[in-house]
Amino acid sequence: MSGRRWLFVLLALLGGGVIGLQAVHDRAGGPPAAQTPAMLYVRSPEAMKRLALSYDQLLADVYWIRTVQHYGGTKLSNDPDKRYDLLFPLLDLTTSLDPRMTVAYLFGAVFLAEPHPGGPGRPDQAIRLLEKGLDTQPENWRFAQAIGFVHYWWLMDYPTAADWFTRAAALPDAPSWLTPLAAVTLAQGGRRDSSRRLWEEFARTAEEDWFRNEAQRRLMQLDAMDQIDFLTAELRRGRALPGTPVDPTGVPYRIDGGTVSLDPRSRLSPLPTGPYTLQ
Amino acid sequence: MRALVIVAVNVFREAVRDRVLYILVAFAVLLISVSFLLGQLTAGQDVKIIKDLGLAAIATFGLLIAVFIGIGLVWKEVERKSIYSLLSKPIRRYEFILGKYAGLALTLFVNVAVMTLAFYAVLAFLNTRFPAPMRAAWPAPATDPGMLLAIALIFVELLLVTAIALFFSTFSGPFLSAALTLGLWVIGSFNADLRNFEAVLQSPAAGWIARGLYYVLPNFAAFDVKAQVVHALPVPPAYVLTTAVYGVVYIALLLTASVLVFDRRDFK
Repeated sequence: MSGRRWLFVLLALLGGGVIGLQAVHDRAGGPPAAQTPAMLYVRSPEAMKRLALSYDQLLADVYWIRTVQHYGGTKLSNDPDKRYDLLFPLLDLTTSLDPRMTVAYLFGAVFLAEPHPGGPGRPDQAIRLLEKGLDTQPENWRFAQAIGFVHYWWLMDYPTAADWFTRAAALPDAPSWLTPLAAVTLAQGGRRDSSRRLWEEFARTAEEDWFRNEAQRRLMQLDAMDQIDFLTAELRRGRALPGTPVDPTGVPYRIDGGTVSLDPRSRLSPLPTGPYTLQ
Repeated sequence: MRALVIVAVNVFREAVRDRVLYILVAFAVLLISVSFLLGQLTAGQDVKIIKDLGLAAIATFGLLIAVFIGIGLVWKEVERKSIYSLLSKPIRRYEFILGKYAGLALTLFVNVAVMTLAFYAVLAFLNTRFPAPMRAAWPAPATDPGMLLAIALIFVELLLVTAIALFFSTFSGPFLSAALTLGLWVIGSFNADLRNFEAVLQSPAAGWIARGLYYVLPNFAAFDVKAQVVHALPVPPAYVLTTAVYGVVYIALLLTASVLVFDRRDFK
């Protein structure tokens, strides 16, 4: 065999060796686990904007991807003490690098307001982020509507929510359903039927699949709350339940004595708390 | 004039021989692979990110070509000593400099044009992957022709970087030229800060110097309208025209300076 052929054989052997060793390494479970805190080296949006030179848009995309990964990764992790410490700084950096990235404000507010363990449970930060969006795009009705929504759903402050819906309705291109929504919120805030109406409008008008799915999940939560109330009443009346009742996602309810509750494994869990009355 | 064209065509041929056009393959692979991966990583921002990435990649690859080929345009000829035989031929020094510049400008034009075509092809493909209601919610269509404005300004910016690299190449070695060109590009990107420097400086003299530098140094930030075109914000034609004219005048200034410096060099 010529010298060159030997070299090819050696190349193939070494290539195979590298792949084989990688497989061994992989089976062994990789490097030993190390508990390292999530880090964000530059937190100042002003500094980052300068460091970005003319790549601020691209850097905003990178930070946005990191935000989604941080939120999703923490939410899906097995860590009982889920910490979303970097969520707001990441969103602040993203929206400072690209102040017109509407999705980052709207999604970010949903992420921030979600209560623990599904999110950090910081409606105050969600409102701060949306107000920042409103500063850069004062005519965007979606930000005002989203602020009203945070007041409605998470803070249960219905007069303020109604005020924000009214402000959103007055902005250009706002949908016509915002004005009656403001009135209903003021008159019947906290009632399940008005909440259902709110989510139905969100599901109908959402431009992103993620928002539509989220609105549908909230509607299913409201259905589950109705079902739990009905099943609990049936049990209290001493009536037997027909089979094992399941929630709208198909997961069986937990029945413990006279109480019915959602299985924590259901994707509807946890149900919203607050004065959501049936009538 | 004929000599200038011959020099320019040779620079282009040399760039092709040096496999500069391989950058186009890297660009296409980067964009296509990222477009397939993005759907898994982002929440419905695929098209926006591809637009940002495409425009940034056109600017970056172009910058690398402009700097690293630009700095060798004159230096290589001197290093190889081919400058002596070249200048003994019926070719004027200004024709040599302008021909070198035109050759690299042609290389950049071909690169930017092909990258733009690949960019629009990837966006057209992505466009087919989204339903019409989702597309209607985008601030601009995926294949928005408005992005050509940003690409045109990127091209003028690259021509300006080439002129800077060529200027430094007429009197210094490749490492110093690369450092000076890239340094000037970074400072030029901070140009707007120089204007506002006097507000934070104690010394009025330092403030005037900063303001002076603001006017003298190339303002690369002016060529960056990527954010505006991606978000479909208006870019007034008057702004594009003024910025392009600014770039052309600055290039003319640098080429004149390059010819002057090169003319004074002793190659006898």
